[in-house]
Amino acid sequence: MKLRGFAHKFGDNIDTDEIIPGPYLKEQDPRKLAEHAMEGADPEFVKKVRPGDFIVAGRNFGCGSSREHAPLALRYSGVKAVLALSFARIFYRNSVDGGHLLPVEIGIDAYEGIGDGDELELDLDEGLVKDLTTGKGYRVKPIPELVRRIIEAGGLFSLKPEELL
Amino acid sequence: MTVSEKILARASGRDRVSPGDVVLARVDKVMVHDVGGPGVVEVFKELEQKGLKVERLFDPDRVIAIEDHFVPPPDQKSAQNLKVLEGFVRRFGINKYYRYGLGQYGVCHVITYEERLVLPGEVYVGTDSHTTTTGALGSFAVGMGHTDVAYVLMYGRIWFRVPETMLFRLEGTLRDRVMAKDVILKILKDIGADGATYKAMQFSGDGVRSMPIEERLTLTNMSVEAGAKNGIIEPDEKILDYFGGGISPVYGDEDASYSETYSYDLQSVEPMVAKPYSPANGVEARELEGTPIDKAYIGSCTGGKYYDLVKAAEVLKGRRVKVRLEVIPATQGVYRKALDSGLLKIFLDAGAMVGPPTCGACLGGHMGVLAEGEVAISSTNRNFPGRMGHRGSKVYLASPATVAASAVTGYITDPRDLKA
Ligand code: SF4
Repeated sequence: MKLRGFAHKFGDNIDTDEIIPGPYLKEQDPRKLAEHAMEGADPEFVKKVRPGDFIVAGRNFGCGSSREHAPLALRYSGVKAVLALSFARIFYRNSVDGGHLLPVEIGIDAYEGIGDGDELELDLDEGLVKDLTTGKGYRVKPIPELVRRIIEAGGLFSLKPEELL
Repeated sequence: MTVSEKILARASGRDRVSPGDVVLARVDKVMVHDVGGPGVVEVFKELEQKGLKVERLFDPDRVIAIEDHFVPPPDQKSAQNLKVLEGFVRRFGINKYYRYGLGQYGVCHVITYEERLVLPGEVYVGTDSHTTTTGALGSFAVGMGHTDVAYVLMYGRIWFRVPETMLFRLEGTLRDRVMAKDVILKILKDIGADGATYKAMQFSGDGVRSMPIEERLTLTNMSVEAGAKNGIIEPDEKILDYFGGGISPVYGDEDASYSETYSYDLQSVEPMVAKPYSPANGVEARELEGTPIDKAYIGSCTGGKYYDLVKAAEVLKGRRVKVRLEVIPATQGVYRKALDSGLLKIFLDAGAMVGPPTCGACLGGHMGVLAEGEVAISSTNRNFPGRMGHRGSKVYLASPATVAASAVTGYITDPRDLKA
């Protein structure tokens, strides 16, 4: 699996209130949610993001509430994958089980090396992210086996309980 | 095995599990609220568009539906969501249904406790991150998104990665006007906002046993603020009495192994305040003494339980507030008790506003959200940017006693400094 897009860089502890603020939780239409994606962290984000883009973030991305509106809003804004030093578990799980986007753990070298706006190519089979702007490549952490199967199936509902183990 | 491991082993039909194992576990209870429920309905709709009809839930008697986030509905969208939740409840024959204006209702995590809906030893999931709260009663309680909860509603089972357990031994007793909220803010400060990611936080020791159940709920409630998968406390006499039989509690083994062990002497815990913008930004309240505030808020699953109101009222009795104070009892049950015992009078005499049970301003939803530049002290659990209103507002997190004391003086105040 290969993905290509531009990087939008954020810091540590980006919480779900920043990804999609509480008042929008009333909204069920994902396209409407997407109009407010990342509003709490960068109100200009939705103007900048293009289909296929990546978020590159520091530690504990998606901490806070269990709102699946967070990965949903990012997905419908065009974001295909989040590359972060680490993830909060509910956000990680929602991204995968909902089939919304790919959460990929990266190392500090990639986080520091990738600049805001750089063009990236993520190659999951090779376990590499390549910064096409700088020409540098970085290893990403391997995706756990079950997570990979759920992602390839397109979300949790594509598998019956017996097929999970 | 630890208590969390044993519950997961039992629920997945295995003799043994170890941290890192992925298991398929049976779920005993599932909760949806007015934000997560409509999300579940959307998931089912999508499945039906793909030709997979959801005829029935795995077991409607194990499902709990609660109105709490946007009640009473502040606008048409919220009202519509309550209708969607109602349609879901009727369609699938769910009878544990808590609605505003129809008796008991309110913040889900306090409802499950007051109504004894989740038993010790059970696996419990809900569409809310603070589902961890209920673990104080001895269950394995985990918050999930609406896809995962929809999956559980359909199959009654879901995958879990067995978490490592961090053990927090609390010894001794808290001093007067120091609360469990202060303890968890101190722990969060020590381990950080991602200090327990993917892990279980287990609390044990005399210190825990000495706490009323409602205080223990505060510890497990805010475990998620360190990224924990679940917070848990093994049942003791108080819990067994509370449930009064008919339960099968689970305990960890003597030789269970923990990924980390921390010890705290409760005697030495000081009133704590978490500065914006992280619950892990705790400092002693005295260090912030004098910080002016515009508003004080007592409410939520963390700080709107009956015991929380009792402790706030002890501080407020015979005093008047200098800045706005909003008191939002977490549930109708809490509200009624506060009425019967005279607490509401103390709040009203102090000048506070007492509102109906709701999540309300805790998530910046409605009923008292903050304007740009406003500063609040709050007994809730999160102070992220924009959490309780404008992105340019600020929230300090503290115990209900500290919030009450600060409302009286108009600035952040250690509640012990108001004595006499
Ligand atoms: S009171 Fe606040 S933290 Fe608790 S469930 Fe409601 S919104 Fe969430």
